[in-house]
Amino acid sequence: MKRENAINLVLLLALLATPFIAQAMGETFTVTLVTRIAILALAAVGLNIALGLGGLVSFGHAAFFGTGGYAAGILASHAMSGEPMLFGFEGSNQMPVVWLAAAIAAGIVSLAIGAISLRTSGVYFIMITLAFAQMVYYFAISWPAYGGEDGLSIVLRNAFPGVNTMRPMEFFLVCFGVLLAALIFSALLRSSRFGAALQAVRQNEVRVASIGISPMPIRLTAFVLSAMITAVAGALYADLNRFVSPSMLSWHMSGELIVLIILGGTGRLMGPVAGAALFVVLEFWLGGITERWQFFLGLILLVTVLFARGGVIGLLAGKERHG
Amino acid sequence: MAEPVLAIRDLRKSFGALKATDGVSIDLYPGEIHALIGPNGAGKSTLIHQICGTLRQDSGQIRLAGQEIGHRTVAERARLGLGRTFQISSLAGEFSALRNVMLAVQAGQGSSFRFFKPVMRDRALTEAAMERLERVGLAARAHVPASELSHGEKRQLEIAIALALDVKAFLLDEPMAGMGPEGSKVLTGFLDRLRQEAPILLVEHDMDAVFALADRISVLVYGRVIATGTVDEIRNDPAVRTAYLGDHA
Repeated sequence: MKRENAINLVLLLALLATPFIAQAMGETFTVTLVTRIAILALAAVGLNIALGLGGLVSFGHAAFFGTGGYAAGILASHAMSGEPMLFGFEGSNQMPVVWLAAAIAAGIVSLAIGAISLRTSGVYFIMITLAFAQMVYYFAISWPAYGGEDGLSIVLRNAFPGVNTMRPMEFFLVCFGVLLAALIFSALLRSSRFGAALQAVRQNEVRVASIGISPMPIRLTAFVLSAMITAVAGALYADLNRFVSPSMLSWHMSGELIVLIILGGTGRLMGPVAGAALFVVLEFWLGGITERWQFFLGLILLVTVLFARGGVIGLLAGKERHG
Repeated sequence: MAEPVLAIRDLRKSFGALKATDGVSIDLYPGEIHALIGPNGAGKSTLIHQICGTLRQDSGQIRLAGQEIGHRTVAERARLGLGRTFQISSLAGEFSALRNVMLAVQAGQGSSFRFFKPVMRDRALTEAAMERLERVGLAARAHVPASELSHGEKRQLEIAIALALDVKAFLLDEPMAGMGPEGSKVLTGFLDRLRQEAPILLVEHDMDAVFALADRISVLVYGRVIATGTVDEIRNDPAVRTAYLGDHA
């Protein structure tokens, strides 16, 4: 087995085993913490398709994360109150329906944002994605129907057939399952024809066009897929906290997702998982020691960027090789 | 004479007052190597950019196999059979030589929107790519990242990529640049065989290579073609001698 595959497997097993061990020791809070890791990792798996494979530094993925969160919150609140929403649809508290709605909503939003943003590149792309995300953020703040600035509570977590999602352990397993599915999708994508074209567009856009592959449709597809995965993570995040607010849409969230990926290893399959784990553990552990934990996070990020470009995965598994 | 594969008619492009391309007409016939030479600043690059589509001409036509391509995108021109190889940059430096060629095979098949099948297990891609690498003599280096290939090997890789694209006309931009004498000799021999695949429009500084390979030469000076002819005609053209060859001839 290749070294990176072995490391990936160990990481996944550790992520799966930790809540069981914590549960046995009566540390229920740790289960929630690991659930947070899995959800943030899922969001970053989405962003990693655009950022890691496609080289598209989207500073607006909070828009899709929040869209997913609001999809969960809005559907749940309608299912609770019985008030019909669009087209007489009465909302839903079923996770598969919520995820589908989250993915479709983010897909539409990202198609519009991507079609415009992808005409630019570099710093302009970063800025324009940020600008779009801020527009969505302020829209959510000024929309009183769903809580506006105060956000929207989800009284009961959305349900999954055959699972009691209010139990931390069972909710974790749902999140882990979705993360695993997204990782498998991401692994297939990166080795497919589409993945080859996407990675080549990142390396040399002009040359790829000169062999007859148009870069724009490739990038737009990657951007939309990326947004849809991040939106499903947003729906789960809203369920985890049983609360969704505009803060899920803020640029801090976009920045956090980028930080996760850089810490874990940009473009690496398991980079998001390693990054999310490191980030949440640091947040919890350093946050317990000092209120200024983000200062130390900044230091770690600085060291990573200067001395360990490949992030955690790069340190453990070495440089990536392509066939 | 046969129909030209690539026909450029009265092409014009100005940047402000500078006429970078000033009514250029060039024909490329089946089986020939047509060299384009000219001093620095003559407008060779501008012309190449217009042919491959990275610059849009002000007026004039570019026809490939009878089809007007002057208003198509770079990718569309490539799909119609215009093969360009580059001076410096690799297609995808992080990918192995094999994967670079596989990408070209994939582009030729016009099917980049497949999301699940791993390319390395796609025999249609790997075998076609390997065959191209063998033809340019790069099979032994198939799994080396393109960025780690030597200068000459990168050039061979470029040719393998062009071979994978079912090219109707090649546009070679200074293929000899940066090659040692030995490498140039090998490449000269190879280009001689390549012309049987498709005719070549060759932009080159290496005069020995041009005189050894070219069937016809066009001389570009200040955006105009001042002469087109066989090697001997160009060597003996007084206008060319003063404008360009000078101490060479």
